[in-house]
Amino acid sequence: MLHQLTISELTGKLTRREVTACEAMEACLSQIEKTDARLHAFLSVDKNDALAQAAQADAAIQAGASFAEQPLLGIPIAVKDVIAVKNQPLNCGSKILGKYISPFDATVVAKMRAAGAIVFGRLNMDEFAMGSSTENSAFGASRNPWDTDRTPGGSSGGSAVAVAADECLAALGSDTGGSIRQPAALCGIVGLKPTYGRVSRYGLVAYASSLDQIGPMGKCVADTAILLRAIGGRDPLDATSVDEPVPDYAKSLGQSVKGAKIGLPKEYLGGGLDPEIGQAVQAAVRQLESLGAEVREISLPHTEYAIATYYIIATAEASANLARFDGVRYGARVDGGDPIELYRKTRGAGFGPEVKRRIILGTYVLSTGYYDAYYLRAQKVRTLIRQDFLNAFKEVDAIVTPTTPTAAFKLGEKSQDPLQMYLNDIFTISCNLAGICGISVPCGFTKYPHLPIGLQLLGKPFGEETLLRLAHAYEQSTPWHRERPPLQR
Amino acid sequence: MEYEAVIGLETHVQLKTQSKMWCGCANEFGASPNTHVCPVCLGLPGVMPVPNEEALRLTALTGLLLNCEITAYAKFDRKNYFYPDMPKNYQITQYDRPSTKNGLVEFEFEGKLAQVRINRAHLEEDVGKSFHFDRQSGLDFNRAGVPLLEIVTEPDITSPDMAYAYLEALKEILIHGGVSDCDMEKGMVRCDVNVSVRPIGQKELGMKIEIKNMNSFSGARRALEYEIPRQIDTLRQGGKLAQETRRWEDSTGMTEIMRTKEEAHDYRYFPEPDLMPLAPTPEWLAAVRARQVELPLAKKRRLMTQYQLPASDADTFVNDTPLARYFEAAATGAKNPKALANWVINNLRAKMAEAQITLADLKFPAASILSLIELVDAGKISSKIAQEVFAEMFASGETPEQVVTRKGLIQVSDTGAIEKFCDEAIAANPRSVADYQAGKAAALNFLKGQVMKLSKGKANPGLAGQVLERKLAQIK
Repeated sequence: MLHQLTISELTGKLTRREVTACEAMEACLSQIEKTDARLHAFLSVDKNDALAQAAQADAAIQAGASFAEQPLLGIPIAVKDVIAVKNQPLNCGSKILGKYISPFDATVVAKMRAAGAIVFGRLNMDEFAMGSSTENSAFGASRNPWDTDRTPGGSSGGSAVAVAADECLAALGSDTGGSIRQPAALCGIVGLKPTYGRVSRYGLVAYASSLDQIGPMGKCVADTAILLRAIGGRDPLDATSVDEPVPDYAKSLGQSVKGAKIGLPKEYLGGGLDPEIGQAVQAAVRQLESLGAEVREISLPHTEYAIATYYIIATAEASANLARFDGVRYGARVDGGDPIELYRKTRGAGFGPEVKRRIILGTYVLSTGYYDAYYLRAQKVRTLIRQDFLNAFKEVDAIVTPTTPTAAFKLGEKSQDPLQMYLNDIFTISCNLAGICGISVPCGFTKYPHLPIGLQLLGKPFGEETLLRLAHAYEQSTPWHRERPPLQR
Repeated sequence: MEYEAVIGLETHVQLKTQSKMWCGCANEFGASPNTHVCPVCLGLPGVMPVPNEEALRLTALTGLLLNCEITAYAKFDRKNYFYPDMPKNYQITQYDRPSTKNGLVEFEFEGKLAQVRINRAHLEEDVGKSFHFDRQSGLDFNRAGVPLLEIVTEPDITSPDMAYAYLEALKEILIHGGVSDCDMEKGMVRCDVNVSVRPIGQKELGMKIEIKNMNSFSGARRALEYEIPRQIDTLRQGGKLAQETRRWEDSTGMTEIMRTKEEAHDYRYFPEPDLMPLAPTPEWLAAVRARQVELPLAKKRRLMTQYQLPASDADTFVNDTPLARYFEAAATGAKNPKALANWVINNLRAKMAEAQITLADLKFPAASILSLIELVDAGKISSKIAQEVFAEMFASGETPEQVVTRKGLIQVSDTGAIEKFCDEAIAANPRSVADYQAGKAAALNFLKGQVMKLSKGKANPGLAGQVLERKLAQIK
C-alpha cells in the first residue's frame, strides 16, 4: 500500500513511473478516512488542495522534473497546526484563533513546496505546543495507534500519530522541550529536533522563541534526513537562523560508525525511569558497541535544574509571544465595553487552562522584583547546562539517553497533574536549553502492554549528520522500526 | 524660598528609511489607512522581525552626531503592554543595552554655549494609530514598525526656554545629519518631559513628574511654563508632590494627572529572542562614520576661526548649505576670504534672489569673484566700480578683467592724468577752493567728487585726494 511506504520507497516508484503522486495522495486520504475518526491526528484536511498538488506533481514528473533537484516530488507530507500554510487554517490547537486562515507560507512550507512535496493537513497538537499528550488541544486529544486508550505524547502528537498510522509519508512537528522526540518515542517513529538556528522558524507560531525548532518526523531515519535537508538552512526572514551549510544528510547514511565515541550520562539513568525503558536503552548501548562505537559514561551535572529552568524561560517568552492573541485584529473575539474588557473576555474564553497557567507563570517571573530571582537566574543556569553539553562534546561525538521515562501513558492519567506531565520531558528538555540537536529512534517495546520505546541521541551544534548516521546504523541493525501499530490493519 | 526646575527630555524621532524596521513595507506618511502593512508589521501568527540595516546605521550615525559612544554590544528587548494600536502587544525596543549612550548636545542659548548631556539614544519600533468615531474605533497600522529613535537627556535643562532651545538644536542636528526629516506635522518628532523642582542650593532632586501629550516643541515649552510654577506653588503651600505621569492639554494650557506611580505599568522587559545582539564591526562603524556631516554649531565655529568671518556671516552660511559649499570651494587659497564672504552674502545672494536663480544657474565661475576682489585689493578698480563689474559678469558671464577692459574701467593711477583732472576741477570750482582755504574740509570731498566725475569714476580716489591737497596748498 502506497501510504505505508517510506519517502525513498515512494520516490523510487514515482521515478520508475510505477505509481502516480495522485495515487499516493489518495492512499493517504483513504487511510485517514479509515483511521482518523479513532486517532484524531488531523484537525482538518483540504482534500481538493492535496489532490491538486498531487496532480501538479504528476504533471511535473511527466514533464521530466528532476528528483535530484526536487527530492520530495510527489511526497505527501502533513504539517503540525502551529506552522503557517498559505490559505489553510492556522489554529495552534486553540480556540482563540477562530476561523483564522494564514495569508502566507512558513519558510519550511515554501521550501518543501520548492522540493516538490504535497503539503497537506493540519495536525493536532497541544494548544500552542504546550503539553506532552495532545490533551491540551482545544479540539480533543489524539490517540496512540499502539493503544487508543493512551496518549501519543505531545505536543506534536498529531504528527507522530499520522506518521505511525501511515496517514502521511512524513510530517513536520515543532520541538520546544521535547515535542517532536517524545511523541516520536511514544508512537514508535523517528523524530529529529534540529540544532537551534538550523531550520527557519518563520511561519512557526512562537511558543518559546529561544527554544522552538521545527523538525522532521518520519517512519525511518533516512526519511528525516531527506526532510531535514529540504527544510534546513539560513533564512533571511529569521534572524536567528544560522548560515551553516546544509549537507546532503542522506548521503552519509550507511557509513560505518566504528570508533564513534558515545557518552552515556549517569544523571539520566536514575530516578523515575521505568526499568523496562532502562533495559531497552542498555540493550541499545550494547548494540551501538557491537557496531563499533565506543560508549563511555559522562556527566552532565546541571541536569537536575533543567525542568525548572525551562519552565521559567519558556513561560516568560510565551507570555509575550501569546500577547498578540487579543481579538483585536484577527481570530476569535468576545466583545467588551473597552479594550481591556475585550482582551479579558477574548483571552479568558479563547485560551485553555494550561496556556493560561503558563502565561501567568511567565508574566510572574518577568515582573519587577522577581526578574532577577527567576528569569535572570534561569538564563545563567541555561548557560551552565549548555556548557555541560559543550564540555561533554569535547570527549564524545554523541550522547545516548532514553527519550522518555515511561512508555505511552493513558489518556487522563496525568492531565490533572501538570507537574507529573512536565516530568515527562525530563530527558528531552536540556537539548532545547543547550540549543543542540537530538533524535529519537525506536529501540524496543514494553512487554505488557506492547508499547514502543524511544532511544534519544544528542549531538553537537550542527552535528545532525553524525547524529543521523549513528541513528541510522542503529536502526538498520535492529528490527524495531519495522513493526507497525496494530490499528493500521 | 526660591526654587529651581530640573528638566529632562525624551524625544522620539522617526528615522528616515525607505522601509520599516522589521519588514519591507514603505516608511511613508500619508498613505490610506492600512495600505503599508504586511504580516510582519501586523504581528500575524508566525512572523519574525528582521532588522533594517539602514535603521541600525542611522542609529549609530545619530550617536556620532550627538557625541555618544557606540556601544560594542547592544541588544533588543521586549516591552510588554497591551494596547490596540500595538500589533504584538509588546514593543521591540532597547532596554539596558542601547546602541548608543553618554552623549552631549551643544547649542547656543541666551548668547552662551549650553550643554545638555545625552543619557542614550536607542532604537525601537513605532506603533499604529487609533482613530475614534462616534460608535466605534479604527486602527491604522501604516506607522506600526516604523523605526523610531528615543533620545533621552540627563536632567541638565533648567528652564522651559532652554528645553525649547535644546529641542530646536536637536532637530537641526538630526535634519542636518540626514537622520530624520523631523516633520512635526507628520508626527516624526514627539517629546515627553520629565520635570521636578527643588529649593535652590539643594542637591537632591525633587519628585519627578512626567508630562506626555505635547504635539509640538512650543507645546513642550508651554507645558513646562505651566507645570513648574504649579509644582513650586504646591510646595510653597505646604503640599507634597508625588511621582506621577501627567497629560498636557493644549486647549486648556494645563497639565492633569494621567496615572500615579502605583498605576504605572510593569513593562516586564526581557531580551528579544527573535533578534541577535548587535556588535558593530570596525568596518561597519567606519562606513557609518564616513556619513557623518559637520554639525551647524561646529561649522559656525570653524567658519569663524578658519576664515575670520563675523558670527552673522557664519550663521548665514550655516543656514544655507549650498551657499556655504560655494563659499568654501572658492575660499581655498583666497587671499581675502572675509571679503569673499562679504561678496557672496551681500552681492551674490541678493542678485540671485533678485534674478530668482540658484548657484547652479550662475554664468560665471567662483574664481571670477576672487579676481574681482583682487582687482579691488590691488587698487585697479574702486569698490564702486567693482559693483558695476559684478553686475556685468553676473549678467553675461564675462570675467571681471574682460568687463573692465571692455568698458575701460581700469582705475586711473597715472599721476599725470589725475593732475589734469584736478587742475580742471580746481579751475571750474573757485568757490569750493575758497571754502577749502577758509577751512571747510568738506570742500575737498566735493572737489574729489568732481575729479571722479571727470574721470568717469576711474580715478584712484586716494590718489586724487592727495593730488588735490597738494595743488590746493600750492595755490595758497
